[in-house]
Amino acid sequence: MQFMLLFSRQGKLRLQKWYVPLSDKEKKKITRELVQTVLARKPKMCSFLEWRDLKIVYKRYASLYFCCATEGQDNELITLEIIHRYVELLDKYFGSVCELDIIFNFEKAYFILDEFLLGGEAQETSKKNVLKAIEQADLLQENEMGLFYALLAAVSTLN
Amino acid sequence: MPAPIRLRELIRTIRTARTQAEEREMIQKECAAIRSSFREEDNTYRCRNVAKLLYMHMLGYPAHFGQLECLKLIASQKFTDKRIGYLGAMLLLDERQDVHLLMTNCIKNDLNHSTQYVQGLALCTLGCMGSSEMCRDLAGEVEKLLKTSNSYLRKKAALCAVHVIRKVPELMEMFLPATKNLLSEKNHGVLHTSVVLLTEMCERSPDMLAHFRKLVPQLVRILKNLIMSGYSPEHDVSGISDPFLQVRILRLLRILGKNDDDSSEAMNDILAQVATNTETSKNVGNAILYETVLTIMDIKSESGLRVLAINILGRFLLNNDKNIRYVALTSLLKTVQTDHNAVQRHRSTIVDCLKDLDVSIKRRAMELSFALVNGNNIRGMMKELLYFLDSCDPEFKADCASGVFLAAEKYAPSKRWHIDTIMRVLTTAGSYVRDDSVPNLIQLITNSVEMHAYTVQRLYKALLDDISQQPLVQVASWCIGEYGDLLVSGQCEEEEPIQVTEDEVLDVLEGLLVSNLSTPVTRGYSLTAIMKLSTRFSSVNRIKKVVSIYGSSIDVELQQRAVEYNALFKKYDHMRSALLERMPIMEKTASNGPTEIVQTNGETDPSVVETKHPPPVTQSTNQATDLLDLLGGNDMVPVIQTSVPTKPASAGGELLDLLGDLSLSGGPAPTPAPSVPTSQPPFLLDGLSSQPLFNDIAAAGIPPMTAYNKNGLKIDFTFERANPNPNIAVITINASNSTEADMTDFVFQAAVPKTFQLQLLSPSSNVVPALNQGTVTQVIRVLNPQKQQLRMRIKLTYTHRASSIQDLAEVNNFPPQSWQ
Repeated sequence: MQFMLLFSRQGKLRLQKWYVPLSDKEKKKITRELVQTVLARKPKMCSFLEWRDLKIVYKRYASLYFCCATEGQDNELITLEIIHRYVELLDKYFGSVCELDIIFNFEKAYFILDEFLLGGEAQETSKKNVLKAIEQADLLQENEMGLFYALLAAVSTLN
Repeated sequence: MPAPIRLRELIRTIRTARTQAEEREMIQKECAAIRSSFREEDNTYRCRNVAKLLYMHMLGYPAHFGQLECLKLIASQKFTDKRIGYLGAMLLLDERQDVHLLMTNCIKNDLNHSTQYVQGLALCTLGCMGSSEMCRDLAGEVEKLLKTSNSYLRKKAALCAVHVIRKVPELMEMFLPATKNLLSEKNHGVLHTSVVLLTEMCERSPDMLAHFRKLVPQLVRILKNLIMSGYSPEHDVSGISDPFLQVRILRLLRILGKNDDDSSEAMNDILAQVATNTETSKNVGNAILYETVLTIMDIKSESGLRVLAINILGRFLLNNDKNIRYVALTSLLKTVQTDHNAVQRHRSTIVDCLKDLDVSIKRRAMELSFALVNGNNIRGMMKELLYFLDSCDPEFKADCASGVFLAAEKYAPSKRWHIDTIMRVLTTAGSYVRDDSVPNLIQLITNSVEMHAYTVQRLYKALLDDISQQPLVQVASWCIGEYGDLLVSGQCEEEEPIQVTEDEVLDVLEGLLVSNLSTPVTRGYSLTAIMKLSTRFSSVNRIKKVVSIYGSSIDVELQQRAVEYNALFKKYDHMRSALLERMPIMEKTASNGPTEIVQTNGETDPSVVETKHPPPVTQSTNQATDLLDLLGGNDMVPVIQTSVPTKPASAGGELLDLLGDLSLSGGPAPTPAPSVPTSQPPFLLDGLSSQPLFNDIAAAGIPPMTAYNKNGLKIDFTFERANPNPNIAVITINASNSTEADMTDFVFQAAVPKTFQLQLLSPSSNVVPALNQGTVTQVIRVLNPQKQQLRMRIKLTYTHRASSIQDLAEVNNFPPQSWQ
């Protein structure tokens, strides 16, 4: 996979994961053009389109479009499954995920993606394992924050 | 300083902005706050600030000032900081900037961290955006982690290794030992990523490929377990066990089995098993079947298996799910060359897909349909394809038209069918046909000798309907020029002959000349066609008139042709019939497809002239050879060779002699007085008779000017230099009328001071149409031997709105270059 984009029906970007090195300008250009192309598709059309020299696989979930750019040998149908798996992970994590969750917790959406895919390929095919890893990492973070706030409180009482 | 606002709060605030300007203001304010916070080196809230910056970056605002902060976060001890820091690095840094190299040391440390989640972060970042330098530095660490027993890290290390290999292929060898027992893992994550790693290595190196072939039995076993084992809740997707892993294994098998009999044999059974046992009700199952089919087609599988694969694709074609149909068409396109007969069985389904609403499916179906056309199904297929051509989107028309022509050429059951098919394409998609189709079609028509009458009749009728499609018009005018006599004599056998008079034909051709829809190329075709009819029709005077009018056309190409044809009438009339003879059959040496059509010379017209070869002596008298070039067709097929074994008739012999005469005389004007209407001394004629005319055009760079602009009548002058004599300025006037009524009986007259001499050629017409719909052009030649400043007095007379108008004007604003 070369990149994955999440955007709303109005074309607002909610997540962008790039697995190929491109300049900011190029990324913006690609994003703009691709979003336009995908939004112009009618609902009954198939989920694949050829764009430049890439195969674009996209699927709409509620108000969000999930769009992946794959290369020559990649299996388009399994890419659809990858998209679906990611949505399932988000759903499990946030509990009935909606676009707002991803807007307000975008960094968590990235963390989950990074536990599922690495360098554009799936690193873990078990839903349970991905979620477990996220859970553990979150716990680590919480413990740290807990310590941090305890320290803050202690310092302020001293003052 | 108060604590910086939290991330969620910022997001909430920004979302309340009602306009873009309001949002920009909020963002700028927050950025300023963040910047000052960064300057203060505030460790506590750096993480929060960077997170906010990343949000604003996603909205499209610049965030480069946060790059270094990300690096500081990565270097921090806190996991929270590292998490955001690495995320920021992946979003804000890129390998083009040297800044990213500063990460290398941090990543190295983190790869050896005690907490696996930190190690994971480092591996992830390196595997997503590591540059070649970073990869070189850290490959060793990755390789170490590839051998760890911790499956969480091992799977990440494998994909990180894939990235390293992509960036620095020479390092591939280094990972070889670590791959030894990758496949004996139980953990699916590690298995999956290992297969990806092995695939990458095999794709890059034939040696690796040979080395890993021995893994085929192991891979087959793993796949078998996946299929046969019972329900495994952890990896189940709609009843199928770990489809991701299955698909990757199938892909690796494809690479290993290609061109290798033993490996292919070892996987035959499992492929058959997967193909028959996989549940196809959901997308997952079809994804696996798809990969299986691709593998079967690529390896050296037995024929039974191949038929099974094609049948699966055939079933896919009937599936309701568009995605599946699309995928099937793509795969069939790949296999149609090798398994042509098997794919033919599904032809009708494929043709049905032409009517699908989805653009991608239509395109695939069209390509596949063309691949399936053969001698047996040509009539039926062509019907469907022509119907498709009628109704498809413009983006398809060019390709479809070309495909139709190719297919028709290869498999046409009869000449008449062929011509009908071409006509159909030209009339329905005429404007989308490729430029090179026109010469190819002309050649085709020429070579179908018995169909000439039928062809010209049909083309003529098509022209009557519609003259907007240029390729159609060009082919039609060429044919009328060639076979106009057949048209008028009503000789058609194939269908009811129509009654057409010579004047009607000339009307149509002249109509093309003046129509706004005609491109310059088309006009060239029609003028040449009109000229050719001078030997086939009896109304020569009319043709002479048309030709002489265009001698002053502003289109240089038309002008040149017209003047030369004019000269053909006047001076070389005895050559005319020979020059304008029917075209012989052309031998096609440049083919536009896989087959070459070589036509033998059937019956030819009795006195075929070898006019195609320019005389070997090419002298300064290029006029005659220009004519030959024109008729030989500078807009014709690229290579035309006459394959005429018959001796040139006597007319041809005379022709060659005459050309010999001409080329010997060379130099300036031959003695017989040219009949161009003029009473001027000879030196003005130098430019007319023997030299190529007006070939030194406005490239001389003299700017045009407006000479007169009053009462809606505007007269522009454009300048050229007549080549042989630099004292002659050639001025072309363009008269245009911006009022709402036409100006009729328009006459332009000019007078110059005594030191000059003036010659006025005939105008293009004497009606200046209203509302700038057209112009009247006329050529003035001014001789200025003393190089004095050019001045002119012009007199205009015309009738406008039923009153007669006369006006005199002085023109003094000639640009200096026109008379210096």
